[in-house]
Amino acid sequence: MTTVEVSNISKRYGADQVLNDVSLSVASGETLVLFGPSGAGKTVLLRVLSGLVQNDSGAVFIDGQDMCDVEAEHRGIGMAFQNFALFPHMSAFANIASPLDARRDSPEAIKTGVHTVASLLKIDHVLEHAPKALSNGQKQRTALARALVGSPPLLLLDDPLRNVDAKLRFEMRLELPRLLANQGATVIYVTQDYKEAMALGDRIAVLAAGQLVQLGTPADIYLKPANLNIARLFGDPVINVFDVSGRRDEQGVYIELSSVRLRLDESMAACVDKDCVLGIRPESIQFCGSDTAGAIPILIETETPLNEKTVTLALTTGKREILISRPSSTTAPDSGQSHIVINADKALLFDKHSGQRIAADHCV
Amino acid sequence: MEHTGTLERILRAVALTLVVVFFMFPILWIFLMSFQTNETILRVPPSMVFEPTLANYKALITGKLETNAASIEINFLRNLWNSVFLSVTSVSLALLLGVPAAYAFARHKFKGSEDIAFTLLSFKFAPPLLVLLPLSLYFQKMGLADTYIGLIWVYQLICLPLILWIVRGYFEDISPDIEYAYRIAGHSWFATFRKIALPLAGPGIAAAGLLAFIFAWNNFIFALVLASADKQPVTVGALAFVTASGIQYGQIAAAVVMSITPTLALALYAQRYLVEGLSLGAVKG
Repeated sequence: MTTVEVSNISKRYGADQVLNDVSLSVASGETLVLFGPSGAGKTVLLRVLSGLVQNDSGAVFIDGQDMCDVEAEHRGIGMAFQNFALFPHMSAFANIASPLDARRDSPEAIKTGVHTVASLLKIDHVLEHAPKALSNGQKQRTALARALVGSPPLLLLDDPLRNVDAKLRFEMRLELPRLLANQGATVIYVTQDYKEAMALGDRIAVLAAGQLVQLGTPADIYLKPANLNIARLFGDPVINVFDVSGRRDEQGVYIELSSVRLRLDESMAACVDKDCVLGIRPESIQFCGSDTAGAIPILIETETPLNEKTVTLALTTGKREILISRPSSTTAPDSGQSHIVINADKALLFDKHSGQRIAADHCV
Repeated sequence: MEHTGTLERILRAVALTLVVVFFMFPILWIFLMSFQTNETILRVPPSMVFEPTLANYKALITGKLETNAASIEINFLRNLWNSVFLSVTSVSLALLLGVPAAYAFARHKFKGSEDIAFTLLSFKFAPPLLVLLPLSLYFQKMGLADTYIGLIWVYQLICLPLILWIVRGYFEDISPDIEYAYRIAGHSWFATFRKIALPLAGPGIAAAGLLAFIFAWNNFIFALVLASADKQPVTVGALAFVTASGIQYGQIAAAVVMSITPTLALALYAQRYLVEGLSLGAVKG
C-alpha cells in the first residue's frame, strides 16, 4: 500500500515543454488513469515517477518519501511498457523472474513466484519460449507478469494494451481490474483509450500538452468534462457539437437550434450573449413525434447498427450533421423526415473561444 | 519469358564466376606457389603441373633459408608470434576501453560527446606517416620505442575508433526501454550493462573485434617504423625474403599462406555469430 504525490513536476526537452507544472496525488490502493492524446506527456510523467527520466523541477513523493535521490531500481515499483520491452535473449521465465532475481530470492522461491503469476495470466505453458516465439498477447502478458511478480506496492502500466489486437484488449480490459484489485497495489495506468480509462480508473487524470486539465472519477469526466476537447475524447460515437449563442427571455436562458428553443438551466446563465458550443451526447437525443414539445425536425441520412446500439446520422434543417444513438432494441424511423428531442439536462455548453465548459459548478 | 530467364541465369553465372576467379585466383596461385621451388615458379611458360615440395614450410619453421648463394637465418615464427601477440592484446585492450566508451556515447549524450566521438574517429583519417614520425621521436625519449607496450598503444589508433563506432551503433539499436525494464526490476546500471546491453550487442562486438583484429594483423607501417626485427609482425617480417641473392617467392608464398590462415580461420569461425544478428523480436518498432 503506497501513496504517490506528484508536486509541480515540469520537464522540457529542448524547446519542448513536455510537462508543465503537473501536480496530483494518488491514494493508497487506488487506480489512477493518466489519459490524454499522444504527446500529452503521459509516458514522460510515468517515467519521471519511475526515476527513468529526471524532472527539471518539482518533486515526487512515494509513501511520503522524496524520490529525488532514489535510483529507479530502489523505488520498489513494477512497470509494464507499451512496447513490452522484454529481454530478447532470455526466456519468458527469465524475463518474469528478473525482479525476483534482483532481490536474490532462492531458486525455489523464484520458481514458485513465476509459476503463480504465470498461471494467473495463463502463460504457464510458454515460460520456456524466447520472446520472439511468443504471440503479441503472450508478450503482453509476460510483460505484465514481470511487473506483477514481485508484488510491488506501486504499479506503473504504460499503455500495456496498446499493441495487442482489439479482441485481446477487450478481454484484458475485463480481466485487469480484478487482477489489479487482487494485487492491492497502487496503480498508475497510462492509456489513450477512453473505454480503458473508464473501465480501469478509480479516477482519471486528463493530460493535454503537458498540463493536467481535469482530474476526477470516470463519471465526472464523462458527464462534466472540463472542456470541449475532453468531451470529444470521451464517448463513442463522438459528442455532437453545434455553434450556438446563449439568449435570455422572460422565461430564462435558452439557445436556438433549428429555430427550436432549448431551455437551459439557470446555472448556465454565463452563456448569455456569448458565442458558445453546444455539446450533446448522441444518447441524450431521442426520436419523437412532430407534436412533442421542443421537437426538432431532421432528415435521416444513414443508420449504423453496432450490436447493442444503433447510431443514426441525420441532418438538421440547417444542414448540420447530428448523431443519434439509441439501444438497438428500440424502434425508430430509419429514413426520411423525423423529429428528435434533446434532453436539455444532459446538454453541455462550452465557451467557443476558451473551450471551457460553462456551468455554475464550474471547477476542474 | 522462359528464354530470358535462362539467358539471365547464364549471364549471372558467368559474371559470378569471373568475380570469384578474379578474387580467388591469386589466393589459389599463392597456395600453389608455396609448394614449389623458385625454379618451378619462375619457369616460362608457367604451369600448374609440378612436383610439390614442403621445403618452403620447412625453411620457415626451422628458420634456415637456403638460397643458391648462402644460408640465411630468418625468424619467421617469431614474426608470426609477434603478429598474434600484438593483434590479440591490442584488440583485447581496445575492447576493454572501447565497449564501455561506446556504451557511454550511445546512452549518455552530453555536451560535446559527439565532438569527442568524432575526434576519435578522425584518427583514422590522418595518413599514418604523419603521426608516426613525431611519434617515433617521442617513443625514443619515453623509452617506448621497440617495446610491445609502445606498439600496442599505437595499435589503438587502428582498433579503438573502429570498435567504438561499430559497437556504438549496436548499442543505439537496443531499445532503451529494455534496459529501463531491467533497471526497474531492481538491477543496478552496471548489472544492466552486463546482462542486457553486452549480450544484445554481442554480435556487433564480435564483428568489431574481428574487423579490428584483421586491421591490426594487416598493419605494416607502425611496426616497420617503431619496432626492430624481434618485435615485428609477419607483415614486416616478410621483407626478409627479399634477399641480396634474389626474391624467395616460394618462401614468401608459404609465409603468406601461414599468415593469412589465422585470420581466415577466425573469420570463418566467427561468421556464424556475425550472421546470427540481433534478434530484438520482443520489441515492436
